[in-house]
Amino acid sequence: MRKAEAMSASSAYNDEKGASSNIGEPEYGHDPASGGIFSSDYKRHDDLKEMLDSNKDSLKLEAMKRIVAMIARGKNASDLFPAVVKNVACKNIEVKKLVYVYLVRYAEEQQDLALLSISTFQRGLKDPNQLIRASALRVLSSIRVTIIVPIMMLAIKEAASDMSPYVRKTAAHAIPKLYSLDPDQKDQLIEVIEKLLADKTTLVAGSVVMAFEEVCPERIDLIHKNYRKLCNLLIDVEEWGQVVIINMLTRYARTQFLNPNHNESLLEESAEKAFYGSDEEETEEKDEKEEVAALAKRKAYVMDPDHRLLLRNTKPLLQSRNAAVVMAVAQLYFHLAPKAEVGVIAKAQVRLMRSHSEVQYVVLQNVATMSIKRRGMFEPYLKSFYIRSTDPTQIKVLKLEVLTNLANETNISTILREFQTYIKSMDKDFVAASIQAIGRCATNIGEVRDTCLNGLVQLLSNRDELVVAESVVVIKKLLQMQPAQHSDIIKHMAKLTDSIQVPMARASILWLIGEYCEHVPKIAPDVLRKMAKSFTNEEDIVKLQIINLAAKLYLTNSKQTKLLTQYVLNLAKYDQNYDIRDRARFIRQLIVPTEKSGVLSKYAKKLFLALKPAPVFESPFKDRDHFQLGSLSHLLNAKATGYQELPAWPDVAPDPSVRNVELDEVISPSEGRIGLLGDWREVPEWTKCSSREKRKEKVEKPFYSDSEGESGPTESADSESELPSELESGGGSGSEEGGSGSGSEESDEGSESGKEKKKKPEKIKVRKTLPESAESEHSGEEEKSVRKRKERKASSESSSEEEEESSSESSSSESESEEESESEPETKKKKKITLSKPAPKEPKNEVSLLDLDDFIPTPSPQMTPINNIVSNSLANDLQGLSFTDSSLSPTMISPSFSSVKTYELLHRITGEGLAVEYCFSRQPCSLDPHMVAVQIQFSNNTDTEAKSLRIQEPKLMSGMRMQEFPEIEVLAPGETVTVSMGIDFCDSTQAANFQLCTQTRKFYVSIQPPVGELMMPVFMSENEFKKEQGHLMGMNEINEKLTLGEKCQSDHAIVQRVTSAANLSRVPCGSDREYRFAAKTVTSGSLVLVTVVTKEGKAAQLTVNCEKMVIGTMLVKDILQALSQ
Amino acid sequence: MIHSLFLINSAGDIFLEKHWKSVVSRSVCDYFFEAQEKAVDVENVPPVIPTPHHYLISIYQDKIFFVAVIQTEVPPLFVIEFLHRVVEMFRDYFGECSEAAIKENVVTVYELLEEMLDNGFPLATESNILKELIRPPTILRSVVNSITGSSNVGETLPTGQLSIIPWRRAEVKYTNNEAYFDVVEEIDAILDKSGSTVFAEIQGVIDASIKLSGMPDLTLSFMNPRLLDDVSFHPCVRFKRWESERVLSFIPPDGNFRLMDYQVSSQNLVAIPVYVNHNINFKESGSSGRFDVTVGLKQNMGKSVEGVIMTVHMPKVVLNMNLTPTQGTYTYDPVTKILTWDIGKINPQKVPNLKGVICLQSGAPKPEENPNLNIQFRIQQLAVSGIKVNRLDMFGEKYKPFKGVKYVTKAGKFQVRT
Repeated sequence: MRKAEAMSASSAYNDEKGASSNIGEPEYGHDPASGGIFSSDYKRHDDLKEMLDSNKDSLKLEAMKRIVAMIARGKNASDLFPAVVKNVACKNIEVKKLVYVYLVRYAEEQQDLALLSISTFQRGLKDPNQLIRASALRVLSSIRVTIIVPIMMLAIKEAASDMSPYVRKTAAHAIPKLYSLDPDQKDQLIEVIEKLLADKTTLVAGSVVMAFEEVCPERIDLIHKNYRKLCNLLIDVEEWGQVVIINMLTRYARTQFLNPNHNESLLEESAEKAFYGSDEEETEEKDEKEEVAALAKRKAYVMDPDHRLLLRNTKPLLQSRNAAVVMAVAQLYFHLAPKAEVGVIAKAQVRLMRSHSEVQYVVLQNVATMSIKRRGMFEPYLKSFYIRSTDPTQIKVLKLEVLTNLANETNISTILREFQTYIKSMDKDFVAASIQAIGRCATNIGEVRDTCLNGLVQLLSNRDELVVAESVVVIKKLLQMQPAQHSDIIKHMAKLTDSIQVPMARASILWLIGEYCEHVPKIAPDVLRKMAKSFTNEEDIVKLQIINLAAKLYLTNSKQTKLLTQYVLNLAKYDQNYDIRDRARFIRQLIVPTEKSGVLSKYAKKLFLALKPAPVFESPFKDRDHFQLGSLSHLLNAKATGYQELPAWPDVAPDPSVRNVELDEVISPSEGRIGLLGDWREVPEWTKCSSREKRKEKVEKPFYSDSEGESGPTESADSESELPSELESGGGSGSEEGGSGSGSEESDEGSESGKEKKKKPEKIKVRKTLPESAESEHSGEEEKSVRKRKERKASSESSSEEEEESSSESSSSESESEEESESEPETKKKKKITLSKPAPKEPKNEVSLLDLDDFIPTPSPQMTPINNIVSNSLANDLQGLSFTDSSLSPTMISPSFSSVKTYELLHRITGEGLAVEYCFSRQPCSLDPHMVAVQIQFSNNTDTEAKSLRIQEPKLMSGMRMQEFPEIEVLAPGETVTVSMGIDFCDSTQAANFQLCTQTRKFYVSIQPPVGELMMPVFMSENEFKKEQGHLMGMNEINEKLTLGEKCQSDHAIVQRVTSAANLSRVPCGSDREYRFAAKTVTSGSLVLVTVVTKEGKAAQLTVNCEKMVIGTMLVKDILQALSQ
Repeated sequence: MIHSLFLINSAGDIFLEKHWKSVVSRSVCDYFFEAQEKAVDVENVPPVIPTPHHYLISIYQDKIFFVAVIQTEVPPLFVIEFLHRVVEMFRDYFGECSEAAIKENVVTVYELLEEMLDNGFPLATESNILKELIRPPTILRSVVNSITGSSNVGETLPTGQLSIIPWRRAEVKYTNNEAYFDVVEEIDAILDKSGSTVFAEIQGVIDASIKLSGMPDLTLSFMNPRLLDDVSFHPCVRFKRWESERVLSFIPPDGNFRLMDYQVSSQNLVAIPVYVNHNINFKESGSSGRFDVTVGLKQNMGKSVEGVIMTVHMPKVVLNMNLTPTQGTYTYDPVTKILTWDIGKINPQKVPNLKGVICLQSGAPKPEENPNLNIQFRIQQLAVSGIKVNRLDMFGEKYKPFKGVKYVTKAGKFQVRT
């Protein structure tokens, strides 16, 4: 046994060398079960052969397992080839698979024998089981034997039109294999790729694009016809395919579309120049010119709808769990998106930094590059790049790089404070990098240069040599930039020569003094004196610098230093180090004029005191973005093999019509066509998948179509109630599908398909809606609320329903009709669910929506008949509120900004001499922050005293609260008294009813707040606003177009009207055509964001973002009215 | 794309190799070893190493280096992500991803790798699909197989491969239908010397363990979805539903999986449950220092803070530490210079304290900086962000499943600067 082990050790060595000499190795009887696979299988080859030859599957399997284990360890098992290859036709699937593994590994070495197995695979290719067909093709194409190239070619061609998409996928995988084996087959393979590119299953898409990238990445023309399909399928492709497709599409888009940032990039460059450059005036001038040019151009640029399609369909993938997918989308946005939209990728990238350290490393490299070009994008996430002591050094250094790139005038103080803690770290490499980072911040940001310098000077007394050396080097560089202003620092450093012992630092200081001896004319000779004294004890590098200093001083100030220099040179002449001796000799010849000295000494001054250019602190990541981000080449900053350059944007866009395909191919592929290529069985699945895609797209629409967006629920409710308008709205939304409503080529396709799709659902609707409309008068408003309720409840969608729904095109009106078409009981069920849950908001919203209709005097054209039952009950609630519209009438608006409108609570006559008015003071309610402050003014117009004025029996909706004012004991005749009270309206415009009592009388009154009073202003910055707005998209966003009223053209007027219509505060905004306002609702604190964008002429667009859709809708109406009068 | 894969253990042995294209000699790993030597620390080995003819992309997990050999341009994250997927798959199959486990199941590993990549391009990486192709090893099955001679390899194409929901296998059957969710939140924070927060954020995940028969379609809704600032999902989640309604609607994979990752918006102030008082100083002369650290509860939100552990990387000159804890146990490893104080559960009445003397190497200069303290803790039944699952609805199946949600808050990268 011991002998056996000794043998094993010796022959294992042979084995590793790849020798096949152990065939004849003696056989030692080990029990196969006992021995570990890894210990000694080398000498079992005979044994293995025997097992392979037996007719028991279990033995064969055991043998194959051991052989595979050998391969895994990298041992040579090639001598078993004949024995193994025989089993290729084995019935046992596991044996067969392991034989495949073996074959693929060794076929290249044993080509002749490998050919024996080919016929088995050819048979396998015809097998009815798709898994067997696929695996036969996989192995056949993996066998790297040149003779079988024609067979492979044939097999691939055949498999490319196989019924099973899985086999077609395998065919796509086989293409690059064959290509690498025989590049001459390229043309034929391209044909196959072209065919497979047209495949519509998500399964194939990723693999075939992969093949495309490996075989013919230059044939961009093959993509044209498939571009839209790829964009649309993208979200359903498996993750790995997504990465490949996105990267390919980035390149494609670069060749086909125009640069959306063409103008901005010009601006940006010049801005950058202004930042770093010296003569700012000049650039500014240029800036202006460019801006003018840019403005002129900007109007001309319209994004190709296909370009938009790509951006829109990739965006959701930022939420992928796969870091590679996220990175791929990020680079796509970085390279292709308009500047304003690139920001979305920052958050996702920051998220990736939580992942494994390898992922962090790659992401940080990319962030470093991006943060140079688009600093603003990552600025909000500055803190995410703070460094922890537990980070690996390579991560720390990268984070430092990003922090440095992000530094600007506003955040530099926080960043420097961070850096201060880093300098104390125990990781010295990191400290050195931090010091360099400080240096870079100091060069880039003039304001902090002095602070940084002072900080660095302090570091000179650090005990760590590395820290000192690094700081001296950085100080040296900084001083070189403007030495004249810093003679005091040079003086300070001169003093340090007494204390600092680190040779590198001493040397650097001496160099500095020598270089700038003119700025410190008094100190420099003194330093030389001291140095001359200690010369013999100095380190070599310091000695060299002393000689340098002496020479420079001799040239500038020979009177004082002549003797000192000669002394130093003499000392150096007898130094032990020949380098120093040489230098001394050389310098003496150069500077001391003698008889023999030639022309050179004349130029000595020029030689020594030449102006040395200041070193440039530059990020190593600068301009790295000419490599496609996320690529290997970018990471290495060197072109990797097979890297495809990212093409520059074309000046003129190529013909976009090349991407046009027949309608049915893109939008609704006919099923018959698939049948020709694929499995019939797959068809339903496929349609499901495509419809899933569409369903997604439909919901997505409101988020991405920026302006005309589905303009809120009102419109859809409208189209719902009137059948004729149906087609129109459908057509409209169909064209939007084409992308961003830019109204170009795409639209006809979209709208056509929209109409086509329409037919089916419409029928259903007609059938279903009839009975319903009889029942509830088919009020649009009610439907709206019903729908809302449904949506909020996250109603169930059985899969069949989903499919139905998705087959309709994107118009939301139809999705509604689908929901209506659900059977009645189901709807009821849902309602029950609603009731069972404690959700007090629901009924209130419904009511308040309706009462809005009540008090707006001229219903907008979209208004639909009001449900009688509800409105009747409301009529009571709303009595006495006829003045509400006055709040909107411009005549009431006094010019002063803070003036308040007063409303009548009790008329003098009805109140029998007691007149009561109220107003919303717009002050935060002192009693309760969730209440709206109401000021009530009582005036007694009678001759008698009114006594004990108080509130009684408030009738409030559930949830509403009221803080009554303290009772007014006496109100003398002719007097007026103002009291304040608070009412919590629960963010609804529901009136608060109560009785106003005097000693003798009771008056029923009610206070109803205009929606604009239900909020209080919040102050936020532009960025915060944008961020919040980003959160409140879709259902929470309401867009409305309007025409500004005659008197409402100026900035001032617009702001004033909006702020008087609602209690909003203005948010600063860069554009002068845009006005932003923000507030939050008093009770729940939901944000209300209002944007008014003025356009050409009197047109304007109003956008309200609010979580509470009811408030939003009402507010839109109020502001609309205020602005258009 | 991925040419070959080498697995290297901490001793520098290549214990597994797999080639998907032509064979690459293992000598290519020499470049890796070179880089490893230069990096000193394992975590500082660059993930991407260029060599004259190849590129090596590696990850380090469970004391194993996974080194992929690349020949042409490929997004590095693609490879890194894939390698991590391989690690996950090993954990899924063998319970752990150790050298021993891989060696023991070398054939399964090889079969898995064969299925996961075809010609270097990922083929099947969904655990549900792979498990249909290659069944995970269990004791029972290996016994059965040895008797009946049946194999671990599936004979038909996994249903997932062709469907639009590749992550779920068909015909799942359970007698007890259960759906459990773990909401795990981690507080990442940096506290400065004075105890104020430099940076803090909450990162959360929702892990699901779903054992439901048939094709259930689940909808998970939150009480307060607005809290979630940034999210990433398992591919099964319908993103558009999330966008429009803020609910998670999905047909789940069978078994355990991570449903979503989220980040809680940074505007909300993060409640830091513990505070740390520290007084660490090194005497200028002499070879000693003082160490005095107290960990206490700040806001515990009515829940107990458990599993509190403090680890400190002491400076190199610290030879030893003589400390007395009022609670828990401490260890100091003079080789790695790591001090670990296992506190356990913090009792609000009695604040844990660790106090004592630091022994320094005599003659060496005193350390420039005090070491940072890393804190770990766990709070059960609390999601510190306040996120709450509202309800879980199931459609598409008739039975009533058992449902449950568990909340845990943990310290993530929680660091106190001193």
